[in-house]
Amino acid sequence: MKGINKLWIGLGVLALLSPLGLLASGTAWGEWGADEFSDMLGYVPKGLARFAEIWSAPLPDYTVPSLGDVPGYIASAIIGMALVVVLTWGLGRALARREG
Amino acid sequence: MHIPDGYLSPATCGVMYAAAAPFWYKATKKVKEALTSKAVPLLSIFAAFSFTIMMFNAPVPDGTTAHAVGGTLIAVVLGPWAATIGVSIALLIQAIFFGDGGILAFGANCFNMAVVLPFVGYAVYRAISGDAPLSSSRHWIGAAIGGYVGINAAALCAAIEFGLQPALFHAADGTPLYCPYGLSQAIPAMMFAHLTIAGLAEAVVTGGVVTFLQRAMPSLMELRAKKEVAA
Repeated sequence: MKGINKLWIGLGVLALLSPLGLLASGTAWGEWGADEFSDMLGYVPKGLARFAEIWSAPLPDYTVPSLGDVPGYIASAIIGMALVVVLTWGLGRALARREG
Repeated sequence: MHIPDGYLSPATCGVMYAAAAPFWYKATKKVKEALTSKAVPLLSIFAAFSFTIMMFNAPVPDGTTAHAVGGTLIAVVLGPWAATIGVSIALLIQAIFFGDGGILAFGANCFNMAVVLPFVGYAVYRAISGDAPLSSSRHWIGAAIGGYVGINAAALCAAIEFGLQPALFHAADGTPLYCPYGLSQAIPAMMFAHLTIAGLAEAVVTGGVVTFLQRAMPSLMELRAKKEVAA
């Protein structure tokens, strides 16, 4: 499909601009860590404490070990986009058998 | 809007997986029927776009942050079923690799952002764009308004899921076990963030990309009309 290269370039630009998303301090409503509840409520809800850490992500909050916030965020965007593209492409090719 | 683990009870998480499952099933069938192999790179690009646009946190005046999702954009170009798949994959990578959104809460997050958001957004887009020619401004205006309404519908769902927790799941002494904020706190907080900042961001992103595609790559806007994707 002609012109699709423009969209790939657009994704690259978006990755480089992604650290703009770090400028906003604060946490999204309902996405506080368990520790933040101690300050807000004076206690951590028991079930929340039990399940909050059930999964440890390798690159938590779009940080990359030994990289600073900004390069880590850009690297996370690139790694994440690559994983999304590989998974979507693979699933798409497996499903979409129609040529065209 | 990425609900972390621990905010919803395991029972709620199970219900939300069950709510998302039929949409995942139907989406794979629809995509199998209609998506052509040449549309696969496009779906990959739009899913990656959704992944990254969610990283652009914008400040909300109450001190929290919010972001666009891009689900209505995928629905406008490739159809709502493709949007369900594309956004679900973006959310899966975010949850597993970056800890953004829970693993137990993945069903809820997909129901909100990969099902409700694109289907509501798409319905509004279709109502506004109607049979207007593909170059008409009704397409980008409809996409922008659809994006705004879609993300707010998703935020309302998330707010209800949060807000039901303290009433349904508490210790014997009444202490909440999971999300401690009820409907009267969750709904105003979520809607304030999304009716203002996130809704505006989603409208600008959706309308902006659609108007770009109308001018620079009109063939992409024809895919749905030519039934090369599942609408």
